[in-house]
Amino acid sequence: MSEQNAGLKTAPMQLQVIQERQLSQHQCWSCGDMRAEHFCAACGHMQPAEPTDFFSFFGLPRKLEVDEAALEKEFYQLSRKLHPDLYSRASAREQHWSLEKTSQLNDAFRTLKDPITRTEYLLNLEGIQLEEQSKVATEQARAFGVEKKQTVPAELLEEAFELNMMLEEAKAGGVDDDLRAQLVATRDSLTARLGRMQDELRAAWKKWDNGNRAAIDEMVDVLNRRSYLSNLVRDLQEVLS
Amino acid sequence: MTDDKVVGIDLGTTNSLVAYMGTGPTLAHPDAPGKGVFIIPGEDGVNLVPSVVALDAENHVLVGNAARTALLTSPERAVYSVKRLMGRGVEDVQEELKLFPFQLAEDLAPGEVLRIKLGGRTYTPPEISAQILRQLKRNAERFFGGAVKQAVITVPAYFNDAQRQATKDAGRIAGLEVLRLVNEPTAASLAYGLDRKQNGTIAVYDFGGGTFDVSILKLKDGIFEVVATNGDTHLGGDDIDNLLIAVAVDDIRGDLGVDVRRYPDAVQRLRSAMIEAKIALSSSEAADVEVELPEGKLYQRRITREMLEQMIAPIVERTLGPCRRALSDAGLTAQQVDEVVLVGGSTRIPLVRREVEALFARKPHTELNPDEVVALGAAVQANILAGGSDETKDMLLLDVTPLSLGIEALGGVTAKIIHRNSTIPASATEHFTTGVEGQVSVAIHVLQGERELAKDCRSLARFDLKGIPPMPAGLPRIEVRFLIDANGILHVSAREQRSGKEAEIQVQPSYGLTDEQVENMILDSFDNAEADLAERQLIESRNEAETILTALGKGRRNAAWKMLGFSEQRKVDELEQRLRLAMSGGDHHSIRRSIDELNQATTRLAELMMDAAVGSALHGKKMDETEMEDGPSAPHPIGKAEFS
Repeated sequence: MSEQNAGLKTAPMQLQVIQERQLSQHQCWSCGDMRAEHFCAACGHMQPAEPTDFFSFFGLPRKLEVDEAALEKEFYQLSRKLHPDLYSRASAREQHWSLEKTSQLNDAFRTLKDPITRTEYLLNLEGIQLEEQSKVATEQARAFGVEKKQTVPAELLEEAFELNMMLEEAKAGGVDDDLRAQLVATRDSLTARLGRMQDELRAAWKKWDNGNRAAIDEMVDVLNRRSYLSNLVRDLQEVLS
Repeated sequence: MTDDKVVGIDLGTTNSLVAYMGTGPTLAHPDAPGKGVFIIPGEDGVNLVPSVVALDAENHVLVGNAARTALLTSPERAVYSVKRLMGRGVEDVQEELKLFPFQLAEDLAPGEVLRIKLGGRTYTPPEISAQILRQLKRNAERFFGGAVKQAVITVPAYFNDAQRQATKDAGRIAGLEVLRLVNEPTAASLAYGLDRKQNGTIAVYDFGGGTFDVSILKLKDGIFEVVATNGDTHLGGDDIDNLLIAVAVDDIRGDLGVDVRRYPDAVQRLRSAMIEAKIALSSSEAADVEVELPEGKLYQRRITREMLEQMIAPIVERTLGPCRRALSDAGLTAQQVDEVVLVGGSTRIPLVRREVEALFARKPHTELNPDEVVALGAAVQANILAGGSDETKDMLLLDVTPLSLGIEALGGVTAKIIHRNSTIPASATEHFTTGVEGQVSVAIHVLQGERELAKDCRSLARFDLKGIPPMPAGLPRIEVRFLIDANGILHVSAREQRSGKEAEIQVQPSYGLTDEQVENMILDSFDNAEADLAERQLIESRNEAETILTALGKGRRNAAWKMLGFSEQRKVDELEQRLRLAMSGGDHHSIRRSIDELNQATTRLAELMMDAAVGSALHGKKMDETEMEDGPSAPHPIGKAEFS
């Protein structure tokens, strides 16, 4: 360790940071063992919470094909060891670590267990900002009285146009049986298409997991189309219910 | 030893309870049910402590049944259902106040914590709740014979951050360290799950005095994982009562021409009679109401169950929406729920049971007392937090946040950062920047709720990120971390990333007390926990001593006294003097010690008295005709407690 740090003498601030990192990542604070991760392999003590990405938290590579059942099992196992309930009589710093680590665990599990949020998260880690298709962005645009910037996927142009006409009609004159039937049919076909997009996404995952970075663009494309589509389905559902 | 006992408390709208899960018999109560999980009764032997606080004529605080009695005679000096006012602002409670007899302070500003007028001063809802908690704490301390300082307190699952914070503040004011706030339906599931550890999906339908909650849980190998929760913090038995009162008030005005609202004590008598009728109608088909009114009139009415059900159907119906939303959030249909558990006093109403059964298409569980199950569950969680026992070692509760957490974005829109039903603890990190050159602070508005616009959500806090180094607009990068802890309470921390400077945060809770205010209330509260306990123990030990001395006086007049030897009599005399001396001092330990010694020295006297009593019984005399007739209700050994 001292040899590694020898070259950093000119930057004492940085040196301190690096030392702290090395200590907390590899050395148990309680017994000094050097193999510690969440827990010290030698004495079993919980280790301090470190800023980490969600894949690393579970010891997973940054790959998208994830065994969700195994992930859940790991989530329960870690919960049984990290949860604040188990540290209510421990030292203040262990209580603090338990809170931090359990929130990381819960945030990580929530994000990774769902295929869509998992993909979005990975893209985010790779520095990709997805286009704002969210309802918030829509409302915000509305509040400012501006048209929200939206890229309508080419394949959906025609359907989206028709659907918007139908929705206008529904808002203006209510939903009669005829219109309802049309809306239900459209919703079902769009929902089926959402399902097919899942397959497209999986195909892109496979490429990514095999080291093909070009898959990023494919995933961004699928997610943007998917987000547009699910917004349509949501609007439809609102009118129907 | 007893200092580390953690009790479970159900701080209810109508009634409150304290429970404990023990691992063995207690010292003070070797025969009491110290093992297993049980409710600790009050001084009057009753498990339920009505959540009513009143002041008597000398401004002494009354809590529970005594306060409930006071409510009927001087309603302006009593407060009930204060839970409905916790964590709320004056603009939230206008509807409630029309029906409550108590009044708020006149000088309340919008957004300020409420203050209720009571006997010449004002109290915040957490201070009133603290009185109830203090009573429960006392009950537990009497039971264990030692201080109780830590507790788990339950809250409605649908309580927001401010309501949770207010509950925690109440605990602190009462001198309790609140180890955890547990959601009421989740606590109930723990009590049910304790002896039937099986896997599956359960729904807990919790319809209490003031609040309604529904939670869907997944049980797996001892892990109780809440998957979705929903509810209404303003829907409960109180609403049914208020409806019945309103109907009766109209009735009386029409039939008898009396405006009852002008007579607060008559309103309270009416309230009490209507509640009685409501309860009776859960087991019988009709109930007769009779209330004496002012102006010499009498209100008489027969209410049938059918009439009641017709009136309250819309209220019961309001509980079904949250159930459907919880199911939908959990991604389940009603048929996929394996078991349904009923909690809360309002689930005794047959109509409620029928509606729940119809919705879930199965018979709900009612094995455990719906009034007690939440407190029992809190005690189970308290046991887990205290280190666990054989029965709880595999049990772990994973709860969720009931409401989405958001921040106000441009245009008054809510940007959600932690979604509802996220397992807690949960966190989110957001980045903020400045809009103007040289701007050194950024205002952040934190919201809770599901609505799209900030004005429709609950305002949790507004705070300023201060101390940002002056930079061109848009250049600072402030990272703010929002963390919801295992109690469902929010914590915020921030730092400016470019300068590496820790930004200063001032959180102004929108409807909460500041730390300083809570500290002041703790100092303010006339009975500081420690001193209070010592003083009470002194009073109790003196009372006990008085009883023993009275009994001894009777014993001296008994024939049995002469059967004692001279030295034995001298010994008793001596110990009596010692006890009288101890009583004049202020140390309850020495009083207790003297009591024990005197008890021991008079064992033979007591036995002789008993023999004499039994002897006269054998000679055809009734027990109460013997010399023990008005025997004191003293503890062992002098007294007739053994016979009765």
